[in-house]
Amino acid sequence: MAYSEKVVDHYNNPRNVGSFTKDTPGVGTGLVGAPECGDVMKLQIRVNLETGLIEDAKFKTFGCGSAIASSSLATEWLKGKSVDEASKIKNTDIVNELKLPPVKIHCSVLAEDAIKAALSDYRDKWGQPAAAEPARGDGA
Amino acid sequence: MALKLPIFMDSQSTTPADPRVVEAMLPYFTERFGHAASRNHSFGWEAEAGLDEARDQIAKLIGARDPKELVFTSGGTESINLALKGVVEMYREKGNHVLTTTIEQRAGLDVCKRLERLGVEVTYLPVGKDGLVDVDRLREAITPKTILISVMFANNEIGSIQPIAEIGKLAKERGIVFHTDATQAAGKIPVDVEAMGIDLLSCTGHLLYGPKGVGALYVRRKGPRVRLAPMMDGGGHERGMRSGTVPVPLAVGFGKAAEICREVMSSESVRLAALRDRLQDAILSQVDEAFMNGHPERRLPHNLNISFAYVEGESVLMGLNKEVALASGSACTSATLEPSYVISALGVDAELAHSSIRFGLHRFTTEEEVDFVGRRTVEVVQRLREMSPLYELAKEGVDLKTIQWKGE
Repeated sequence: MAYSEKVVDHYNNPRNVGSFTKDTPGVGTGLVGAPECGDVMKLQIRVNLETGLIEDAKFKTFGCGSAIASSSLATEWLKGKSVDEASKIKNTDIVNELKLPPVKIHCSVLAEDAIKAALSDYRDKWGQPAAAEPARGDGA
Repeated sequence: MALKLPIFMDSQSTTPADPRVVEAMLPYFTERFGHAASRNHSFGWEAEAGLDEARDQIAKLIGARDPKELVFTSGGTESINLALKGVVEMYREKGNHVLTTTIEQRAGLDVCKRLERLGVEVTYLPVGKDGLVDVDRLREAITPKTILISVMFANNEIGSIQPIAEIGKLAKERGIVFHTDATQAAGKIPVDVEAMGIDLLSCTGHLLYGPKGVGALYVRRKGPRVRLAPMMDGGGHERGMRSGTVPVPLAVGFGKAAEICREVMSSESVRLAALRDRLQDAILSQVDEAFMNGHPERRLPHNLNISFAYVEGESVLMGLNKEVALASGSACTSATLEPSYVISALGVDAELAHSSIRFGLHRFTTEEEVDFVGRRTVEVVQRLREMSPLYELAKEGVDLKTIQWKGE
């Protein structure tokens, strides 16, 4: 199967590969997929607790090139967004950007799941519901 | 000499035609273009003579007593279809049970599934961790209704070579027709239908350095005489078993390819096994948690299949595909999301089945190519491991089996 240029680019030059220590303040971690399904994504965000903005994001992915590209792209998109904005990233945005064929759509779904899992972990550990964050930031 | 890229190392899918094969074929497109069934003029006789020689060359390769026992087909898939369906239809009154294995190539499995839908009982025997069928289990699975045993000679993914002679002996004792799919084995390792008790054998031209579009089915004529119901009705070519104009140039090429294979097999298999072992050592000595799939000795000399834990097969291929043509039994390649059924049948963990890579050496593979492929494979796997959350967890000492995975 031929890969789109963008998938190849992300595969060859993945953005933001790596890990944060899980208990660092502001870090949310999502681990989704399953080894026996052939796809596992770990996606992490580091939120500035003052501003509520995602300052950094990292990923590690076990999966095909499209899975690697989907998670790499997701980390790019997450940086600079508020937690609320981040939760609006949809798998279809990833499909369109990377021009994923139908058999690879599950890779984008998994990336969306990874984003949601990371955001949810962040909220559980460090945060208020996303909407309340700017206020908390202002008051601090 | 500069290395020419990309390197072809997927010889279980197909092989390049030997230049001598192409040369032998050419006259049969132009001056000797006759129809081999034209009995009344020299064009037909010439074509028939070409076919006779090809039949003879293939017969010698597989140890057939009489070249007439070979039926030309369009390839391995058609040969397998004709063998299985032909026997089941012809021997219907005798029984309706077929014995085969879980690791046959798709043509074999898919024909069996169709036969099941038509009411035939099929037993799919499992294989051991080394990919081999247990002949005792096979013996136990035989019923009074068993009319056919179909076991592949050598596997297309892991290269495991089945105990064909033992199975042939068993089939003979029980009076059951024995078919073997030798598409991967013929021309590469010794195949002898007489010594091994094979009644039906499928093979194909393009896997032994011949052309695509031609195959053959060996059908035993004596001891016992095997009869088949044809699938194609028509002019009664190929002793009535396969009507349709025989593609003489392709058959001639197949014959020539078989002849060359027979001449070079002993030296070629030694050379390729040495290169294969060199490749295996280069990879396994540099990569931890990489496992050879199949039987360490009883496998095709040009075949190597390795599972790399914690990385997914298609991503490995993607890192190599500009430079090396390889295959993976992994999920995404086949677009089915299922890991390789062959690797799964060995009883290995599903995630290892997702990470299997198949290397296929061939007549024109060089040592330089092998060294390059070994080095690049190691580099790509290491890069992907750095990106793998599973490798990270494993290095932290986490047992992946204890994690509650949130599946899709």
